[in-house]
Amino acid sequence: MDLPHRVRPGADRRVQFMATCLCDAFYDEAAAASVEVLEHAGCIVEFPEAQTCCGQPAFNGGDWPASRKVVRHTVKTFAGECPIVVPSGSCAAMMFHGAPLEFEKEADLGEVQAVGQRTWELCDFLVNGLGITHWPGRYPSRLAFHRSCHSRGTPSVAATLTLLRSIDGVELTEFGEAEQCCGFGGTFSVGFPHISSAMGALKLDHVLAAQPEAIISGDMSCLMHLGGLAAREGRPIRTLHIAQVLRDSLVHRAAVPH
Amino acid sequence: MKTQPIDDFAVHLSPERHESVHSGSKAGHEKRTKVLFEDLPIANDLRALAGAIKQHAIENLDTYLPQIEAKLQANGAQVHWAATAEDACAAVLGIMQRRGATRMVKAKTMVSEEIELGHYLQARGIECLETDLGEFIVQLDGDIPSHVVKPIIHKNRREIAETFEKHGLGAFDSDPETITRRARNFLRQKYLGADVGLTGANFAVAESGRLVIVTNEGNSRFCLAATKCHIALVGIEKILPRDRDLGVLLNLLARSGTGQQLTVYTEFISGPARPGQPDGPEEMHVIFVDNGRTEVLAGDCREILRCIRCGACMNVCPVYRQASGHAYRSIYPGPVGAVLSPLLAGKNFPALADLPKASSLCGACSEVCPVDIPIPDLLLRLRDRGKREGVSSPNTPPMAPWAILATQPFAWNAAMRAGKVMDYLPVELFPIPAVQAWTKTRTLPEWRGGEFRKWLRDRRSPEK
Repeated sequence: MDLPHRVRPGADRRVQFMATCLCDAFYDEAAAASVEVLEHAGCIVEFPEAQTCCGQPAFNGGDWPASRKVVRHTVKTFAGECPIVVPSGSCAAMMFHGAPLEFEKEADLGEVQAVGQRTWELCDFLVNGLGITHWPGRYPSRLAFHRSCHSRGTPSVAATLTLLRSIDGVELTEFGEAEQCCGFGGTFSVGFPHISSAMGALKLDHVLAAQPEAIISGDMSCLMHLGGLAAREGRPIRTLHIAQVLRDSLVHRAAVPH
Repeated sequence: MKTQPIDDFAVHLSPERHESVHSGSKAGHEKRTKVLFEDLPIANDLRALAGAIKQHAIENLDTYLPQIEAKLQANGAQVHWAATAEDACAAVLGIMQRRGATRMVKAKTMVSEEIELGHYLQARGIECLETDLGEFIVQLDGDIPSHVVKPIIHKNRREIAETFEKHGLGAFDSDPETITRRARNFLRQKYLGADVGLTGANFAVAESGRLVIVTNEGNSRFCLAATKCHIALVGIEKILPRDRDLGVLLNLLARSGTGQQLTVYTEFISGPARPGQPDGPEEMHVIFVDNGRTEVLAGDCREILRCIRCGACMNVCPVYRQASGHAYRSIYPGPVGAVLSPLLAGKNFPALADLPKASSLCGACSEVCPVDIPIPDLLLRLRDRGKREGVSSPNTPPMAPWAILATQPFAWNAAMRAGKVMDYLPVELFPIPAVQAWTKTRTLPEWRGGEFRKWLRDRRSPEK
């Protein structure tokens, strides 16, 4: 995927934080951890209060007019010049790839593209926006990193691995067919529940065989699917956003007596 | 509760068939990845280059089609143009009737499946025999192919042996070598008695008028060597500008399709037999088939016409692996089929408008595509088109109410707080299809609506 020329952070490291609708509704821990991680990295984190959703559910669902309404709201909400950071590869891709696609023939395409050029997935921003290649602290745990499909072809996967591998104590487990989808796919998960669940079960088979202490990902949507399936199938597994690992790594560092 | 046809098909797929499709496509993908990147570390650059070549070719067909027609004629071939499937079938029949021919042996060609040539000819008293082993088995079964490269990926050895037994090709024996030998013995006699050999073409080169056909069984060579008349059915999107473009495309095709460096046979056909040449057809006809392609070219999904039918996208596709090719109700299954089939359906687009929905948009298909087709983008465009044309889509949650909430922050935040009630209700009993579809196999996480905003406010309030 070609990433558009991206707006880089200024000297004050001011960013706008896009929490995502899933974090707004279910995963406040992931959003809070993201804020703390950004602040640790020296960022001034603004939170535009009017934000709701990036517009992706309707975009993927095929209702582009509904999606465009929500994208326009998002574009208006995130007015400004600074980078927009989002703890989701999927919402980030919606802003820099999906939204421009559905605005191809719209008069305000330029404004949508401009927001897309400002939008970064969290780990991509930390590594490629701020130049962080080593994350401090300690996180002694055996983790399975699920690469979400919307970060396919973007710098996010490599960036995430750079950060995770630099953390003292993190052990990343390998598992089979790592590139395969978790089966979520937004409206796909309810439109095609049988296929979606079968895809997720296969993913879980591979991941759980590696016996991790948690599955981690840059996208809560994948984790919601995998965690929900695992719980229903009676093989529960802890799910964590990458930001929670980064944040807790700092906490563990602080807990170590000097 | 209404369901999506492809999901429903997957529900009812037998475990045996599912296993055949899943293991066959997975093995195909793994072999492709190994061979492609071992040989060509720059494979992804080559995919982009191949995509650019094909895109250029399809966008300049007005130049290349007249050019290849002139070249083919100069090479001694006769050129026919077929606007529709019916025209293409009629052109084949016309050629055969002029020669008084009644028996055809044919190599594997997807476009012949697309235009349903076999049924057309058989209904008019012409014997039309598939000589590719997979297609031969499909024909014996009265089945349809479920994969563009491996037509019987959905069948296992036992089923094939049963088919052979049923059709008098020997007592039950599921040994692959025995099956192949029996097919060969049967088919060799048929080649000798045939009047016409029909093939497709993987590529048709404008500058030279050269047709390129790749096979692994050598059956297309027999089709041409044993008969006096060669008919090639070629979709108009098969054009390449130059012979040298084959260097890029052939290197990608076999590796992507079957995980081979090159197929066992790669034929370059530049015309009928020349004077003094001992073998080969005395007559060669090339039928260029449109059948909806120019309409696709005029639309916003034209990149799909780059497709070289390697099947890599279906091998890697998690949905194809679960549902099998027959779930797609068309001759082109998998991700490419989910785009191409509804487009080629023309006015019948609504009947296949569910196909583009059968994807989690994971993007694995475009990652393996040898001509770099942005398949997920095209699936999305077709979802938009389906909605605009008012095609109903089972189990797709209505988005209008959501769009109202998501554009009014006050209402959004109120809904976030109110959602907490879901934790105390038997959500799985809600008469909402999407909720039921989710909760049948998955739990919902605890509702935490508004908690993040509260945390942020508390943290930033000055009195704290």
